[in-house]
Amino acid sequence: MQNELKVVSNATCTFCGCVCDDIELTVEGNHITKAKNACVLGKAWFLNHQAGEGPVARIRGKEATVEEAVEEAARILVDAKFPIIYGLSDTTCEAQRVTVAIADWVGASIDTTTSVCHGPSGMAFQGVGEITCSLGEVRNRADLVIFWGSNPAESHPRHWGRYSTMPKGLFVPNGRKDRTVVLVDVRRTKSAPAADIFLQIKPRKDFEVLWMLRALVKGLTINEADLIDTGVTLEQLQNLVDRMKACKFGVLFFGMGLSMTRGKHLNVEAALALARDLNAFTRFYANPMRGHGNVTGADNVVSWQTGYPFGVNLGRGYPRFNPGEFTTTDTLARKEADAAMIIASDPMGNFSQAAREHLASIPYIALDTKETSTTRAAAVAFTTATYGINVPGTVYRMDDVPIPLRPAFESPYPSDEKILRALEKKVLHLLQAKLQASN
Amino acid sequence: MAITRIKGGKIYDPVNGINGEVRDIWIKDGKIIAPPIEADILPEKVIDATGRIIMPGGVDMHCHIAGPKVNLARKMRPEDKRYAPHVSRTALTRSGTIGSVPSTFATGYLYAGLGYTTAFDAAVPPLSARHAHEELQDTPIIDKGFYLLMGNNHYALEQIAKKDYEKLNSFTAWLLESAKGYAIKLVNPGGVEVWKSGGANISEIDQDIGHFNCTPRQIIQGLSQTAMDIGLPHAVHIHCNNLGIPGNWRTTQATMDALEGRRAHLTHIQFHSYGGEPDDQGKFCSKVQELADFVNSHPEVTVDVGQVLFGETTSMTGDGPLGYYLHKVTGKKWTSADTEMEAGCGIVPMVYKEKSFVNALQWAIGLEWYLLVKDPWQIAMSTDHPNGGSFLAYPEIIQLLMDRTYRQEILKRVHPRVLERSCLKDLDREYTLNEIAIITRAGPARMLGLKNKGHLGIGADGDVTIYNESSNILAMFELPYMVIKYGKVVVEKSEIRLQVPGNTLHVSPSFDPGLVGGIRKWFESYYTIQFENYPVTDEYLSGGGTMIPCNKK
Amino acid sequence: MNKNQEELFILISGRSTRQGTSMNESKFSKEYLEETGVIQICPEDMTRLGLTAGDLVCIRSEQRSIEIPCVAAKEKELPSGLLFMAYGDWSSRLMGSDTHGTGMPNSKGTDVYLSKVCAIKKD
Repeated sequence: MQNELKVVSNATCTFCGCVCDDIELTVEGNHITKAKNACVLGKAWFLNHQAGEGPVARIRGKEATVEEAVEEAARILVDAKFPIIYGLSDTTCEAQRVTVAIADWVGASIDTTTSVCHGPSGMAFQGVGEITCSLGEVRNRADLVIFWGSNPAESHPRHWGRYSTMPKGLFVPNGRKDRTVVLVDVRRTKSAPAADIFLQIKPRKDFEVLWMLRALVKGLTINEADLIDTGVTLEQLQNLVDRMKACKFGVLFFGMGLSMTRGKHLNVEAALALARDLNAFTRFYANPMRGHGNVTGADNVVSWQTGYPFGVNLGRGYPRFNPGEFTTTDTLARKEADAAMIIASDPMGNFSQAAREHLASIPYIALDTKETSTTRAAAVAFTTATYGINVPGTVYRMDDVPIPLRPAFESPYPSDEKILRALEKKVLHLLQAKLQASN
Repeated sequence: MAITRIKGGKIYDPVNGINGEVRDIWIKDGKIIAPPIEADILPEKVIDATGRIIMPGGVDMHCHIAGPKVNLARKMRPEDKRYAPHVSRTALTRSGTIGSVPSTFATGYLYAGLGYTTAFDAAVPPLSARHAHEELQDTPIIDKGFYLLMGNNHYALEQIAKKDYEKLNSFTAWLLESAKGYAIKLVNPGGVEVWKSGGANISEIDQDIGHFNCTPRQIIQGLSQTAMDIGLPHAVHIHCNNLGIPGNWRTTQATMDALEGRRAHLTHIQFHSYGGEPDDQGKFCSKVQELADFVNSHPEVTVDVGQVLFGETTSMTGDGPLGYYLHKVTGKKWTSADTEMEAGCGIVPMVYKEKSFVNALQWAIGLEWYLLVKDPWQIAMSTDHPNGGSFLAYPEIIQLLMDRTYRQEILKRVHPRVLERSCLKDLDREYTLNEIAIITRAGPARMLGLKNKGHLGIGADGDVTIYNESSNILAMFELPYMVIKYGKVVVEKSEIRLQVPGNTLHVSPSFDPGLVGGIRKWFESYYTIQFENYPVTDEYLSGGGTMIPCNKK
Repeated sequence: MNKNQEELFILISGRSTRQGTSMNESKFSKEYLEETGVIQICPEDMTRLGLTAGDLVCIRSEQRSIEIPCVAAKEKELPSGLLFMAYGDWSSRLMGSDTHGTGMPNSKGTDVYLSKVCAIKKD
């Protein structure tokens, strides 16, 4: 087994929402030594991957058997009055499906990292609808590609090369030469040099500018005075509108620059409405630049199982949805949760201070492949195998395309799915006992 | 080895010519068997169906219940569910939401609760087959499958243009095998590609599709022939060009003529039967008689209705440009999602109002279809769920068909002009239970080529619905007494008793492996995933899956 | 700027390549802690404020103050008046918990005050 060399072709990288599935991995024993085709982030994902350390299961920092830990975890969830379950972006759909089941049985809130990422985009979509397409449509047809509030050079390094600006396509035979690339951002990021047009917008002016673009598309008059403090000129906007109307296929990729800044879902509504309005003239689309490898999968699983995409509460025995009420930042910061399960994410490392403080004060279960601030303070912690590297399964790319994983080598640690299935079984057992006791 | 006996029920089994006779049904290992001759063979379970009505489990051959389009609609419309009834979890079953696009567990339970044991999603792009399969795995109890969108598939269009039918056949077989799909689906053939390329749409079947150098007529002819050549159990399933546009009956007629005697199934035919002109709503009228005449003289053609019911629902279709049209007409939010090389989709909330002339006429047109097609084996019940309405409205449709007084009552309430533009008021026909059994189970099963479904003969799957006989048709069909799946009681007194996963039904037609290289070359030039990651492997099949054999000549 | 003065800036937090690659190793790795533990200021503002790379500055949001070393942003990347931090523990501490009914607090384009010394108790 040691030093056994093998090559895994068509492997899938799940570091970012590009979910590139053309990676060729060279595997030596339990290390990946090469990741051909992977970008710098993907290479780090595969090559720097550290196998987990220490025991599979810990209870309050001390090593425990998996059975003991599962029992304790089940007890925490079953005994809680307002348990919450969060995370799920870095695990397989198979594991996500079991997680929603557990949430259902215990009447928990189920929320994914979507709520702190493109959740606002999801809300905008509920207001306006969205005009989207798979990335291959962009490859084969797009002659105008706009990035707004996104820095693909650092967040999605292969997006341009594999999907959106470089590749030759059926109706774009000359690749990059047939395309105009526009970048709109508050900073002149590393993505800017590769764009044909860069518009440096002022912070917190995205909504205004997008809304003015809509007005120009509809032929309304905008004064230069309306654009003071936006960082852009009327000429720049009119030029952009002319290009958008005249293109054969335009696409607006939007990132956290819209969803995380003042206005949030309203900014995204403006972008979605703009794309929709442009369909009176040509084919135009607006696609979100999803962050983590399987956050799109998490959205899909929670949606098909409950009917709602994130911020779902099952406490009354059926799904209810309300961002702001059942989303995790809120249920933690307002001190409503009295127990939690955090899977494949690190809220102790990136939530607001109030949320972190409350999480630290309640019993919670953590599943992760490596040590984080979240696993360190967990009442019950499981070290699990890594999806896509050790564990097979299904993931969804940022454009909703489902892709299978091809693992490189086995891990001594169990998969998230395995732990969660054991947990589901134990939870049902405890609930049954509780019911019998009360009869 | 468990044997179940259902005794004393009045059987409606049109396939086997049983029309209300009292007979026993014996089921062993999930299959219907002949009543044992040996007196010492005792059933483990006896179900007393005395005084009750028994039909085979329902078969829905056109609905939208799984896959990317359905899930987008769920995500898009929280308002559709907030005040709607919901499905609460029990010790045994998962919770869910309903509205017009139920969540997956709810879908399975609700279908089973209505006495349906098989349902097919009508439109999945092959690139998202994996997604549809995952959702079907989470849709319990019913057997299920889906049709693959092909009418705007670039490879298919290329072969059709070149008249290379050998390649077209092999490609189709390879595609169905790779996606683990069930049938060929054409949605606005060529029209979606025209829209994606920046054009408006297709309104005539001889219109050129531009880059691909072929016409909808050629697509219709090519793929209807392919379905027959590769021996698929179900004929090509066609959503004609020009859906919803007044005057479109001519397009439908042209499509029927283009088939030139080939087998075909024309779906949600109600939406394709409109007389009048696109720009003059006042002239809108029914052309069902003209089209039904064709169906009545062409046994090789079958239809499902796509009945409209009054109320709120969601339109969802693989017909991208239709989504845009509905958005413009209604002003409501609109979602569109195009899939590379393959398909499009459009989703818009819909309301059908009794007092709207157009909606009321649509409703009447659907009913005209049921009443004007002479042979019930050629017509299947559907609402094109959720486009015309929810599948939960099937009992209401049954009531409308069996009780002309009820029809007349509603006719009194709807927009008065409907009475002149539709002949519904003059149609006295009332469906019998036997005919209802045909259009809701026996007929669809036969259309789908499912030899073991839709009937209660020896060898059939033990899928049985037991109804309480009642003069209140609606109550009778809304709340079956008991539903049995593969011989096990799954629903009793409107409660789920057993959660079985249900089987994914799929086909695996044979193809020339030598032609796969050409498919791969094309695929790798244009797609954005790896060729090896496209096919769906067996572990995605619910319940292990059942392959339905093809009958290649 | 004298040490007690505060100046209003707009903070942008975001992904950086180094943050992305180093987090794969560990969120406790030296590289990750370095990358997420600094704040970028544009060169003109650095000069105007009399700051050099490595100086500790105090960043105060409505919720919290943090003391963090500063570095100059690459030439022309950051306009004057803006600050940049790679996502991580430190950038998140400045984030409020009010999500305005969306589930997501504002974490880009937020108002912060920069000073040379933290006037109030900090984290």
